[in-house]
Amino acid sequence: MSEKEVVLLDFWPSPFGMRLRIALAEKGIDYEYKEEDLWNKSPLLLKSNPVHKKIPVLIHKGKPVCESLIALQYVEEVWPHKSPLLPSDPYARARARFWADYIDKKLYDLGRRTWATKGEEQEAAKKEFLDSLKLLEAELGDKPYFGGDKFGFVDAVLIPYYSWFYTYETCGNFSIEADCPKLIFWAKRCLEKESVKKSLPPQEKVYGFVLELKKRLGLL
Amino acid sequence: MAGDAVKLLGAWPSPVVMRARIALNLKSVGYEFVEENLGNKSQLLLQSNPVHKKIPVLIHGDKPVCESLIIVQYIDEVWSSGPGILPSDPYDLATARFWAAYIDDKWFPSLTGIAKAQDDGAKKAAIEQVSEGLALLEDAFRKCSKGKTFFGGDRVGYLDIAFGCFLGWLRVTEKMNGVELISRSKTPQLAQWAERFCADPAVKDVMPETDKLAEFAKVLFAKFKNPPSQ
Repeated sequence: MSEKEVVLLDFWPSPFGMRLRIALAEKGIDYEYKEEDLWNKSPLLLKSNPVHKKIPVLIHKGKPVCESLIALQYVEEVWPHKSPLLPSDPYARARARFWADYIDKKLYDLGRRTWATKGEEQEAAKKEFLDSLKLLEAELGDKPYFGGDKFGFVDAVLIPYYSWFYTYETCGNFSIEADCPKLIFWAKRCLEKESVKKSLPPQEKVYGFVLELKKRLGLL
Repeated sequence: MAGDAVKLLGAWPSPVVMRARIALNLKSVGYEFVEENLGNKSQLLLQSNPVHKKIPVLIHGDKPVCESLIIVQYIDEVWSSGPGILPSDPYDLATARFWAAYIDDKWFPSLTGIAKAQDDGAKKAAIEQVSEGLALLEDAFRKCSKGKTFFGGDRVGYLDIAFGCFLGWLRVTEKMNGVELISRSKTPQLAQWAERFCADPAVKDVMPETDKLAEFAKVLFAKFKNPPSQ
């Protein structure tokens, strides 16, 4: 068992894991990072998340918190004073939660379909994926961050997908920047932050991982 | 801010709309309920929820709040002097949110899976899935309630609302398929909890009668078996 109060069960390319890495880094929380092999899940993972058996799992003082958005809010509630990610106004909080929910409902599955499918299905996924990003870009508007002047909840939820953009673009043969230049600008601003820089893997590394995954799944 | 007018766009058969109504009732907040015709959505609905175009939408003053569980949290935060809906301990809150997400992402879809099953084999499998989920929720109740009446303790709370809103549809499913899903023998804690939840003053006037819901369901399920050809 770990000496540290906080343990994160994670998998390096996971955008869901990345958002927790960012939040913990933002708040200066010391934790133990445990890399899981998703084809050989550890007994700790299976015990900590028996219902879904998925990463990330945040373990705080031995108690597991599953589902990344839930764990993100937990981190925010337990360590509210350092770099708060959610605003204090209830309406602004509701809007942040809404967009975080929207991001999770759309981007992972659509993004996956841009690299895992071909032909018509892939074209449809690309279009829907770009439409979703454009909607997010409109929500960002002229603000430096989704959180306003400061990096916030929605920023932490969305920025991990940026590490997958090269993969989506290369596998899907399209350019995200062409359709969503403001979003790319926002992403690069986020990447200037230490917490984000150290939590996101290089885009090329993710691409290499996906190529291996495609081979494994017989998709090449 | 708490004093601004409250409107709720919804539809009487919708379980997720009920979540918002229960929360408003718990806080004794008066509101105008606008019954939407989902085959002909109002301009107000389309303007207030342009992204998903779905109910419920809470309109507080001129501000729309969408997504039922987000609405419940909003209500708890705005009318903070009323009885608390979300658990105050962060770990208990994470646990409640976990099970609410499980109910929305896995359990309720498995329940509608029974109605959508095209043959007896598929139906049997769907029923089995729902029952497995209920066994997990029975266990969750034991852990969350800590010996008290509701998931939330002494009072109806977030997880009670998130799960309890589906009891009407659960009863309809049981009736239409001749099965017992929540029962004193299989899920004793949930059986007791269900009775107490439905009898709660904040719930009983907004929970539709099973017979009325069953009539509505018959029409709806006929569409699953014979989807319109457009």
